[in-house]
Amino acid sequence: MDPIIELVGVSFAYPDGRMALRGVSLAVAPGEKVALVGPNGAGKSTLMLHLNGILRPASGMVRACGLDVKEGNLARVRGAVGLVFQDPDDQLFSPTVFDDVAFGPIYQGLSRGEVTARVERALAAVRMGEYAGRLSHHLSTGEKKRIAIATVMAMEPAILVLDEPSAGLDPRARRGLINLLRELPQAMLVATHDLRMVHDLLPRTVVMDGGEIVADGRTADILGDAALLAAHGLE
Amino acid sequence: MLYSPKPMHIPDGFLSIAVAAVLWAVSIVAVAYALRRVNRDLGERQVPLMGVLAACIFAGQMLNFAVTGGTSGHLLGAAIATILLGPWASVLVLTCVVSVQALLFQDGGLLALGANIFNMAIVGTAVAYFAFSAVQRLARGARWGVLVGGFAAGWLSIFIASLAAALELAFSGTSPANIALPAMGGIHALIGIGEGLITAGALAFLLAARPDLLRQGSAQTAGGRAVGLAGLVIALVLAIASPLASSHPDGLEWIAEQQGFLSAARAPIFRIIPDYVFPGVSNPALATIAAGILGTLIVAGVALSVAFARRNRRSEITAG
Amino acid sequence: MSLHVNFLDPYRPRPSLIHGLDARVKLALALAFILTVALTPPGAWPVYILLFALVLSVELLSELGVVSVLKRAMLALPFVLAALPVLVTTRGVPLAVIPLGPWALAISGPGLAKFLSIVAKSWLSVQMAIVLAASTPFPDLLLAMRAIRVPRLLVAIFGLMWRYLFVLVDEALRLLRARTARSGTSPAASPGQKVGGSVAWRARVTGGMAGSLFVRSYERADRIYAAMAARGYDGEVRSFPLPPISAANWGVLLAGLGGLALLAAAGLLFWG
Repeated sequence: MDPIIELVGVSFAYPDGRMALRGVSLAVAPGEKVALVGPNGAGKSTLMLHLNGILRPASGMVRACGLDVKEGNLARVRGAVGLVFQDPDDQLFSPTVFDDVAFGPIYQGLSRGEVTARVERALAAVRMGEYAGRLSHHLSTGEKKRIAIATVMAMEPAILVLDEPSAGLDPRARRGLINLLRELPQAMLVATHDLRMVHDLLPRTVVMDGGEIVADGRTADILGDAALLAAHGLE
Repeated sequence: MLYSPKPMHIPDGFLSIAVAAVLWAVSIVAVAYALRRVNRDLGERQVPLMGVLAACIFAGQMLNFAVTGGTSGHLLGAAIATILLGPWASVLVLTCVVSVQALLFQDGGLLALGANIFNMAIVGTAVAYFAFSAVQRLARGARWGVLVGGFAAGWLSIFIASLAAALELAFSGTSPANIALPAMGGIHALIGIGEGLITAGALAFLLAARPDLLRQGSAQTAGGRAVGLAGLVIALVLAIASPLASSHPDGLEWIAEQQGFLSAARAPIFRIIPDYVFPGVSNPALATIAAGILGTLIVAGVALSVAFARRNRRSEITAG
Repeated sequence: MSLHVNFLDPYRPRPSLIHGLDARVKLALALAFILTVALTPPGAWPVYILLFALVLSVELLSELGVVSVLKRAMLALPFVLAALPVLVTTRGVPLAVIPLGPWALAISGPGLAKFLSIVAKSWLSVQMAIVLAASTPFPDLLLAMRAIRVPRLLVAIFGLMWRYLFVLVDEALRLLRARTARSGTSPAASPGQKVGGSVAWRARVTGGMAGSLFVRSYERADRIYAAMAARGYDGEVRSFPLPPISAANWGVLLAGLGGLALLAAAGLLFWG
């Protein structure tokens, strides 16, 4: 079966010349749940921004659901790759929760009835059904993170790409989020420092450092390799 | 404390309908054009950028600093917005700020909003643009040009905008020109110093921390020669018109008398209804009392029905 | 951690009739009211009284608390100082004379009428504007703006501005708090030394705060744009079409407009 995401030899440089990604190759199969770990500055966020075409590689190729990620395909790619950013405040930009979750489906050109149905399903999936009429800025960080996930779920993507989902959450909210992610059937790529969440949730781990992938394998193997973890600032 | 009304936002009730309507028309045309230009220049990024920066200017207006005693200086933001974003984006951003201030905080009236947008978003931007480009050209790219230009833009934008507001009050007959102009002008000449200093301070910070944002801003401002010219013309017109208006007390009435305006009054129509003050009542005092009684009855009626509805609601809750 | 700056949101939910009205109707009626007030000539006291009765009734119906609305309405009053000179510069029969040193200022009858009418106009208009803002959630006001044909792009910008108002005011307040926390005195300073630096220095520090707020906003706008693009945004503002206005709301709108037109006509005819 076609991988949902495929990067082959992707390289990318920042405007000031630093190499953010050097020849990165990665594939995620449908339904697979993968962790992306590494120190800050390793290039995890930059890699994620390539998956839906917000950034374009200087060399190499990015494909999502069999489509080349390039001009002309972007709308379909963004419907298939659901990117959830680190700061939920950046993600919730509409006046009400309903408006935010409806944004994606409206842009996909769906009918009003279908949009409303999708919003209800997405909010139910993150256990926030009663929040539709609320104003985003009144919510707690944990609530905002869930709604941010719902905004992306409403587009019914094939893969969820999450940037530091558990950062800034208290233990209860974090536990709630992990349980939620466990229930979702989509493929997932999760960039995180939270190795205990990786252990609980994600069977495959990819380690990045200095813009390169230095390890890619079963979570149990990688987390058990103390020398590897130490070498790349993980604990 | 945290939200205090500013002296340049004109509330409702102070401008005549004619003045308010004319300024609404001008503002609508200018803002519509600004929308088109920003659309052309920024494309997709305009909604998030304009929105967040409008919120930023609004929040920035809370940054004050102690001047002396209990007074504090703070920001309008027309100069900073113009210098960093270019004139058209600045018009849009300031229109949003002034509108939200009127809608949510009643800082400035709703009918008077057109005038307030004109004074702060349009005049403020145009004058700031002119002042900044003029100083830049004088300094020929030297660093002091940015800081002095920022100060000049800040001060002049506030001062000239306040003159515009004062003239509007005078034309509406609310405040005689020879008092409004010196008063508004004087107060804002002082407030403008604070604006100028903060603007220069912000530019100094950006020169050090993110000079790329400054350079980008100046790229936007480069091509707007028409705006610069407009700013110069506005500043000159207001600066010259103000003392002229001031020196003729009841400026408009003086002009009107000269034209025989008042004599050709609209008298005829209203002479048809002499002594008619209130249907069936020919005494103005009685009419006022009658209205008072009617009004009281209405309010009492409403109050009773609201209280009744509330009691019903409460008994429903306790019964249910 | 945000301060939940709720003072920025004037909306107060209440189970009132006014809260239940369509936002478009409320906006239209509020604007019509303010226009009627503006059209009412000075000296038309019966009309002013009836208009006051009208706005009081609306305040009662909105269950916002008449006293709190009247208190907030006082905020607009300082501006009336600008109209004070009208008392003595309007021509007419003098009512009272105020000696000021070598001059004597005469308050005229028409001047008093004009001044009081300016006060009345601004006080009445502000009250209606307060009820509008306090009884209508901002997202509904955005809908009303679309209904009166404000361009969609501008409405979208307003929406985003409002959403991030709280976030950025929060940041500004945090900057202020940090400055206050570092604005102390030191036992090491010599007694005669001026505390607080010069005005110019303080202005420069504040300018730096403003500049820093700007940079953070700019970068945040970039991130928001990325989030919007990630959900398919392509620069065109898309939203649901406006729902139809119910018959009851139409009734309120027409009745309100009719009543206001009558009052305006009465004012203009009999006192114009």
